Amino acid sequence: MSIEAKNISKRFGQFVALDNVDLEIPSGELVALLGPSGSGKTTLLRVIAGLEFADSGTVRFDGRDISDRTARERRVGFVFQHYALFRHMTVFENIAFGLKVRPRDTRPSKKQIQEKVHELLKLIQLETLAQRYPSQLSGGQRQRVALARALAVEPSVLLLDEPFGALDAKVRLELRRWLRQLHDEIHITSVFVTHDQEEALEVADRVVVMNQGRIEQVGSPEEVYNHPATPFVYNFLGNVNLFHGRLEGDKAYIHEQKTGEVVYVRPHLLDIGRQPNGGSHFRARIKHINAAGPLVKVEAIAEWGDPVHIEMSQEKFSDLQLSKNESVFVIPKDVKVFSNHKA
Amino acid sequence: MATTVALRNLWITRDRAAQATTERAWVRWLLITVAILFLGVFLFLPLAVVFASAFAKGVSVYFAALREPDAMAAIRLTLLAAGIAVPMNLVFGISAAWAVGKFEFVGKSFLVTLIDLPFSVSPVVSGLIYVLLFGLQGLMGPWLVAHDIKIIFAVPGIILATTFVTFPFVARELIPLVQAQGNEEEEAALTLGASGWQTFFRVTLPNIKWGLLYGVILCNARAMGEFGAVSVVSGHIRGRTNTMPLHIEILYNEYQFAPAFAVASLLALLALVTLFVKTAVEWKARQHAEQQEIAGALGARATTALGAKAA
Repeated sequence: MSIEAKNISKRFGQFVALDNVDLEIPSGELVALLGPSGSGKTTLLRVIAGLEFADSGTVRFDGRDISDRTARERRVGFVFQHYALFRHMTVFENIAFGLKVRPRDTRPSKKQIQEKVHELLKLIQLETLAQRYPSQLSGGQRQRVALARALAVEPSVLLLDEPFGALDAKVRLELRRWLRQLHDEIHITSVFVTHDQEEALEVADRVVVMNQGRIEQVGSPEEVYNHPATPFVYNFLGNVNLFHGRLEGDKAYIHEQKTGEVVYVRPHLLDIGRQPNGGSHFRARIKHINAAGPLVKVEAIAEWGDPVHIEMSQEKFSDLQLSKNESVFVIPKDVKVFSNHKA
Repeated sequence: MATTVALRNLWITRDRAAQATTERAWVRWLLITVAILFLGVFLFLPLAVVFASAFAKGVSVYFAALREPDAMAAIRLTLLAAGIAVPMNLVFGISAAWAVGKFEFVGKSFLVTLIDLPFSVSPVVSGLIYVLLFGLQGLMGPWLVAHDIKIIFAVPGIILATTFVTFPFVARELIPLVQAQGNEEEEAALTLGASGWQTFFRVTLPNIKWGLLYGVILCNARAMGEFGAVSVVSGHIRGRTNTMPLHIEILYNEYQFAPAFAVASLLALLALVTLFVKTAVEWKARQHAEQQEIAGALGARATTALGAKAA
């Protein structure tokens, strides 16, 4: 089912959570709402779910206006950051809840419910834990149960609020890959909220980057990462070096003053050389080297005094034989210039 | 096997913790003696006196005092007042806790303060409020007389006063509980298609049931034992508007000590039963929580092991 949010605004007292937001999500897509805390991403998700009502604007499912419908009538599957499992019910009862509370004429029989729950338990690979209580499960297991519970009612869309936020790093990685797989199998329109850019870029078909109640950019992970529309998006998606300068033709001249255009360069798009290569370059002194991990991270001080972060492969690093306090040339491979934005 | 090892480790840790934080012997004995002496003088001795005095003139006098018509009427009235006041405050307490705990609205802190009012006002004043409202010279007195409705010096007044005095018990017990539990489970139920009532009975109520029971027990004990407020509105009409505490006072003032203590022993017994049930409820609730905690710790460990194997 496709989702369309139009002109959505929402305030909490003086705080503007959503400022005239427009968003279209085609049927069957897995979309990430990405942004820092307070950017309005969770509020937008809750407005779509009907757990929060917008001050103005409309929400449509498949073209039908459902702005006035309650969460109960919208038939959405919602997964909460802290699972929100019913603590006094077993895993089985939790998953069966949505089916058991249906009005008598549409309620499946006991046997049908049992079959459905077992099917879902199989899907989340927790068949042996049906009789456990939520407190007896690990975080990752709880979140999978929450997902199965949401799917049990065969929702038209699946909404997930920071679904991996409360889990530790390793489980988080496993679970998000599993979610991607699951989505490839069942193709339900899904929206998940996250503040973790890596998670959004890895899992989603499309990423919606939000900031201060507005949408900054919507696009595929490649688009938003390689062709950021605004300085905010460039800044938020990955590490970045930030220089000030002026633009003449297609050349940027970097200078010390904090004025003029802002030049963005990702650390891995900076090269280090012992000799200037004839193109653009500047001098820097190496201050710190961190060689742990797949990439070597070098922190240097540029000739005008600002710190510069550079990333390179381990091979390149051992070829260069860099040492601390050495003076080198930094050669930008690709830069992005945003004119006259406040940085 | 893993279970027993884990449990034993748990106990050993607790013992060590106890050793590290314990006081010297004489300090412990001093504190324990003071506590026992205090309890003895202020709690056990009076309780013993009540029962001893009740049976001072023999078992037959004791039961005669209870079977006497005025005493029976007082017992019935007390049960009636509690039987109406407690359910009313149960419903009120749950709705107040629900409103305060789950929603944000203007005047919320005012409402919470208002709920505490009966605790902060002297019971005599609580009774007087109703006399001033519904008494002959009261605000609504003439209208009530015209319609031949009696509230003050009658059963309705006693029920009103009892309800007022026991008003905060259930609400006070539930509000912090409901606030701590938050909204998420209710929201989850809602998105799964549950109606308001279904959400309440299947999700909210099971989560607060121990707190609720505890509040009801305390509420009931106070409803049956209330003296001050009820005394003001009752009019002390024997056999008609006397509750047990009032009946005891009258007997005592007439120097009928044995019957007075006999009825008093019933109230004391009620207190003991209340304490017992309260302890049982607390124990049961704690056991429930602990069991889940231990099972949770073990379960998580066992399943990680399983997960590791599967991986």
